[in-house]
Amino acid sequence: MSNTKYTYAVARIRALEVSLFSDAFIEQLLACKSAEQVLQSVVEKGWGDMDTGNDAEAVLKREEEKAWEVIRDVAPDMSVFDVLSYPKLYHNLKAAVKEVCMGVKNPAMFYDDCPIPGEEMYQIIESREFSRLPGNMSRTAQEALDTLLHTGDGQLCDIIVDRAALEAIEEAGKKSGEPIIENYADTTVAIADIKIAVRSQKTGKSADFMRSAMAECDSLSIDQLIRAALSGAEEIAQYLEGTSYAGGADALRESPSAFERWCDNRMIETLRSQKYETFSVGPLLGYLVARQNEIRTVRIILTGKQNGFTDEAIRERIREMYV
Amino acid sequence: MSELGIVYALLGAAVAVLLSGTGSAIGVGIAGQAASGVVTEDPSKFAKVLIIQLLPGTQGLYGLLIGFITLSKIGVLGGGLADISVQTGLLILAACLPIGVVGLLSAIAQGKTAAAAIGIVAKKPDQFGKAMLFPAMVETYAILALLISFLSVSGIQV
Repeated sequence: MSNTKYTYAVARIRALEVSLFSDAFIEQLLACKSAEQVLQSVVEKGWGDMDTGNDAEAVLKREEEKAWEVIRDVAPDMSVFDVLSYPKLYHNLKAAVKEVCMGVKNPAMFYDDCPIPGEEMYQIIESREFSRLPGNMSRTAQEALDTLLHTGDGQLCDIIVDRAALEAIEEAGKKSGEPIIENYADTTVAIADIKIAVRSQKTGKSADFMRSAMAECDSLSIDQLIRAALSGAEEIAQYLEGTSYAGGADALRESPSAFERWCDNRMIETLRSQKYETFSVGPLLGYLVARQNEIRTVRIILTGKQNGFTDEAIRERIREMYV
Repeated sequence: MSELGIVYALLGAAVAVLLSGTGSAIGVGIAGQAASGVVTEDPSKFAKVLIIQLLPGTQGLYGLLIGFITLSKIGVLGGGLADISVQTGLLILAACLPIGVVGLLSAIAQGKTAAAAIGIVAKKPDQFGKAMLFPAMVETYAILALLISFLSVSGIQV
């Protein structure tokens, strides 16, 4: 009966999916005249809590925490969600390494809703107790710290940690034994590699730089991607057309923001079929990613309204909803 | 050897009740997990999900019915065991198999379908009628098995 261990969790998620934002509600938010109205609308939908009040950032942060609280509450096994918690975990590592090297301390730089919160990460790096870190992270922490101390090159330190994060995500996906998690992890890494290629091409980085930043994944060939990036933006688009990320090619030709939006939409697309699953971890992953996508979209609308962007400029950036 | 006849016949009643009852317990259990998930978030859907949860429970009742008929046929219920040959005993055992085996498997399948149907009620409560139909379809095959077991047990001359 092992395939029914998610039955309770999926049913709860089904009931919660009803309160996810639809495309129609996002249109309503877009039609709001000011950022305050947008915030008011989402608060009326139950976002934030008693303490967050009208502080937009606090409301969004609380929603992210709520999404994780739900998953922690229903999931029989949290290890399959490593693919989603690793980005925050490695961000904390990066922030801790930099803060320890620079001798400053700023708690606002850290995420607290992940396996090793900011304060603990800072202590681990400061006291060099790398063995307290999980898996390959200890080696990464040591390497990043040594690199930053010896070279003072912040970008090199970032590359080491970011690549380790991507490799950890790919490995966690494979280890989960759940096809949808593996697929999601691989898509995450592939999209990160494509972003690296696009940005490296724009800033004229070398093949060695790209190779040190990209992580291996199953759905893309890093070598071909690097070759394309060295030749030009159109070559990257052409290479993508021959892969399962063909939609990215058109978005890349359109504009950088269209490409960013395509990246997020591709993730939701990967997960959309999970709305019809009843006995797997997929709907839990789908819900969590959908919530993160929803929070990101509300943040884009809020920022756009605060900075006086036109509706069209904001619409170009908003993501497709899961439901 | 004639003592073995009644043993086979009683085994038939046991198979009908045991297998279909086990299937129903598993099926209702699976649907119950899904029902609990929905009620945790939205207690107002309790009545609707309870009805769907109970659907896989019918196989257990069908097994019980065949078990009763068998017991009364062989005289265990009325007192005074009937004199049953080995051949008749085996015939009764064979007659009880359809509801036992089909009851076990269909109840588990129905439980899973019920869990999925509870997902429909969670998202679209107004589609309750349609949601009920999907697990009810599985019931057809349990009824067919019940029919054959019933006709067979009734038709065997003791």
